[in-house]
Amino acid sequence: MSDTPSATAEAKLPKDIAAEKGMVNVQIDGNWHQFPKGTRMIEACRSVKVDVPYYCYHPKLTVPGNCRMCLVQMGMPPRPAPGQDPSYDENGYQPIGWMPRPAISCANTVAENMGIRTTGELVEKCREGVMEFLLINHPLDCPICDQAGECRLQEQSVGYGRGVSRFVDMKVKKPKNVDIGPRIRLDDERCIMCSRCIRFMDEVAGDPVLGFTQRGTHTTLTVHPDRQLDSNYSLNTADICPVGALTSNDFRFQMRVWFLKETPSIDVNCGTGTNIIIHTRGNTIHRITPRQNDDVNSAWMPDSHRLNFHYIDGDTRLTAPLIKDGGKHLPASWPEAISATAQKLKQFDPSEIAIIASARMTNEELFLVRTLAGELKTGQFATVPREGENDGILIAADRNPNSTGAKLVWASSDTSGPLFAIREGVRSGSIKALLVLGEDLTAEAGFKTEDLAKPEFIASIQLLAGATAEASDIVLPGAAFAEKRGSMVNLSGRLQRLNRAVEPQGEAHDDWEILRDLICAITGQPTSGPDFPFMIEDVVKAMVASVKEFEGITLSKIGDLGKVVTETDYTVPLLENERARAAAGIING
Amino acid sequence: MSTIKLTRPKLDAGEKIYFGGIVKGFILTMKHAVKSLRGKSYGAEGLASSGLGVTMQFPEQRWDDHMPEYYRGAPTLVTDEQGRERCVSCQLCEFICPPKAIKITPSEIPSDDKWAKVEKRPLEFDIDMIRCIYCGMCEEVCPEQAIYLRKDYLITGTSRKDMVHDKKKLYEIGGTRVGLVNKWNELK
Repeated sequence: MSDTPSATAEAKLPKDIAAEKGMVNVQIDGNWHQFPKGTRMIEACRSVKVDVPYYCYHPKLTVPGNCRMCLVQMGMPPRPAPGQDPSYDENGYQPIGWMPRPAISCANTVAENMGIRTTGELVEKCREGVMEFLLINHPLDCPICDQAGECRLQEQSVGYGRGVSRFVDMKVKKPKNVDIGPRIRLDDERCIMCSRCIRFMDEVAGDPVLGFTQRGTHTTLTVHPDRQLDSNYSLNTADICPVGALTSNDFRFQMRVWFLKETPSIDVNCGTGTNIIIHTRGNTIHRITPRQNDDVNSAWMPDSHRLNFHYIDGDTRLTAPLIKDGGKHLPASWPEAISATAQKLKQFDPSEIAIIASARMTNEELFLVRTLAGELKTGQFATVPREGENDGILIAADRNPNSTGAKLVWASSDTSGPLFAIREGVRSGSIKALLVLGEDLTAEAGFKTEDLAKPEFIASIQLLAGATAEASDIVLPGAAFAEKRGSMVNLSGRLQRLNRAVEPQGEAHDDWEILRDLICAITGQPTSGPDFPFMIEDVVKAMVASVKEFEGITLSKIGDLGKVVTETDYTVPLLENERARAAAGIING
Repeated sequence: MSTIKLTRPKLDAGEKIYFGGIVKGFILTMKHAVKSLRGKSYGAEGLASSGLGVTMQFPEQRWDDHMPEYYRGAPTLVTDEQGRERCVSCQLCEFICPPKAIKITPSEIPSDDKWAKVEKRPLEFDIDMIRCIYCGMCEEVCPEQAIYLRKDYLITGTSRKDMVHDKKKLYEIGGTRVGLVNKWNELK
C-alpha cells in the first residue's frame, strides 16, 4: 500500500501538474502555493501577502543580498538514499527537511517542494539580530530626520527590533550633512549600507558616481571625488533610500511626511506621462514623487519634472480675472470677464478669429476648444509644438503631455499645423482677434512681443503672468495640472487621469469651466438645466460620443494605471532597458 | 436589543411638596456658615484667604502658592543650561495636539551657527491659547524635552491675535530648564 508514484500512476502528483505549467509548488508558512519557475523567494512571499522585511532588495535593481534582513528558514525534501524511493504524503507532497541555517529570500529562487518559514524562533532571532547590528551606529536623529514617518528602519525597528540598545561603546562618527549634489543631501551616519542608491545610479541613471569607501563599521557612502551627484535622476535615490541618509534639498525640513495627503496623478512636463503622487498639506503642494507604473515610467522620474511645481503658488501666479482698461489690467468678476470676451469675439468676422490652444490641456478641455471653434465658425485653431531632447531614459522629445490626445480629440494628424498660418495672419493683420489658451506665445509658439500688439483683441487663459498675459485685453486665470481633473493620452497611446490634489489658487477657475462658460456666453445657451454640463463627467460623456478611440471610457474607468486607447510605435528607452534586464534574469522587473 | 421599562419613583406626600428639600439645603448651608465662622471650614488653612477661609479673594490673593506640582498651565518652550533652544521642530506636538492649537514652521540652522549640528529649529512656533485645552499631550509626546506646561493660568488678551503665543513669548514664559538630557552634546 505504499504511496509510490507507480501506485498512483493515474492520479498525477502536484509537482507534475505544476511542471506542465512551468510552475513549482512552494509551501509558505504551512500553505502550499504555485509560483512560476525562477521566482525569487521574497517575491513569492510578497505575492501571497506574507510579509518579509527587507532593505537592500528592490525589484527594479540587481540583488546584492547585503542587508540580511530578509532571512527566512528554507527547507527541501531530503535527498533519498541510493535505491530509496521518495515518499509522498496524502496530498502528494514530499516531507520537507528544514535547514538549520537561514537563507536570504531576495537572492534565492523557489524550487519544487520547497518550504519557506517567515515566522518561528530562528527567523525572529535573525531579524532581531540584524536590527540590532543596524542600529548600533545609527544616530538618534529621528526628530530632525526628513525620512521619519516613512523610514523602513523605524518601521522594522518597531516590528522586529529589541526596543533597547545593549551597545555601551561610542558610536562610530561619520560625515553628516554632506553636500554631494545640487539636489541631494547625504548623512553618512544614517546610512545602513544597502547600496540601493549606488545600484540605481549605475544601472538605471547610467551615471555611476556613488560608491562605498572604508571597511567594516567605517564603510562610508561617498561620491566620486571629481564628480557630483548631479544626474537628472538623482532624487530617485532619496526615494529608494530606506533611511534618511539621502534626502531632498527641495523638501528638506519643509513638512513632516505624516501630514501629507497623497493624490495619484500624472506628470505634465513631457509626453511620457510619468505617473506621480502629489503630496499636499492643506492647499500647498510639498513634494512630488514617482508612482510605479511598469508600462509608463517603471518606478522613477526625472528631477526636472519632479521639482517643477513651485510656480503653482508662486509670485507670478494669476488669481483673478483681469480686464484691460486704458492700458491697465483691473480685476473683474468672472461673469463680467466672460461676457466681455464673448461680446468682443462676436464683433469679429469668423475669418478674423484664431484660437491658439495648448497640448498641455486635457482631452476634455481640447474637446471644448473644438466646440468653441465650431461655435465661432473659425477653422483657425492650433496647438503649440514643444520640442526638446529625448534624454535616452524617460524624458520624451515631445514636451507636450497630451499631443496624442489632441490628435485624437481634434481628429487631426497635425494639430500644430495651422499655427504657422495663424502667426503669419497676426503679423499681416488678417487675424484681428486672438484667443490664447494656456500658452505664452512668446515662448515656443514663436511670436515676438511686437506681434502681440497687432491684433485688436486678445483674450487668454493664463496660469502665470508673462508677455501674453500682459498683452491680453482680458486675462482669465486657469488651473494648474495639480488643480484639475481630466485625462491625457501619452506618447505610447495610454489614456491617463489627472486628479485634483489642491484647489485652484485664489479665484482661478478650472480651464474646462472657463471654456464652458465662454461657449454658453457666445451661443446664449442657458447656464442651468438638464443639458448644462455641471460636472466634468458630462464633458467626458460628450467627448466619448464623438471620439471613437475613447469608446466606453469614463474618468473612473481609466483607473490609476491608465488604459491603452491607441497604438503608437513610441517606446520608452528606460522600459526597453528594464525589460531586457528582466528577460536576462538580472532583475525581477 | 431588549427593552427596559422604567417606572417613575413613587413620591410620598412630603416629597411632593419640595419645601422639605429647601429646609434641608438651608440647614446644610447654615452648618457650613457656622463652621467657617469658627475657622474650621474645609481647606481653611490651605486657602489662607479672607476672614472666612472659604473663598479666595482673587485677584488680591492668588492661587500661585497653592498649585500642586502636577498643575497644567500654559504650554511653553524651554532652553537648557547651554542656552540652546530645545525644540528641533519635529512637529510631533502639532500632530498630537487634539484641538490643533499648535502651528510650526520649521527651518534649517545656518552652518555658521553654534548649534549647526542640530540642523533644524522652528522658524515660527505658534500656540493658539484660545484653542489650547491644557491637556499636556504636547509635553508628553516631545522627544527633545522642549515643551513643558508651566503653571501660568492667567492667559488673557483683548483680541484673537493677542491670544496666539508666538515663539518669543513661549520662550519668555518657558525660561531655562536644568537637568534635561543633553542629547546634542560634544560626542554627538
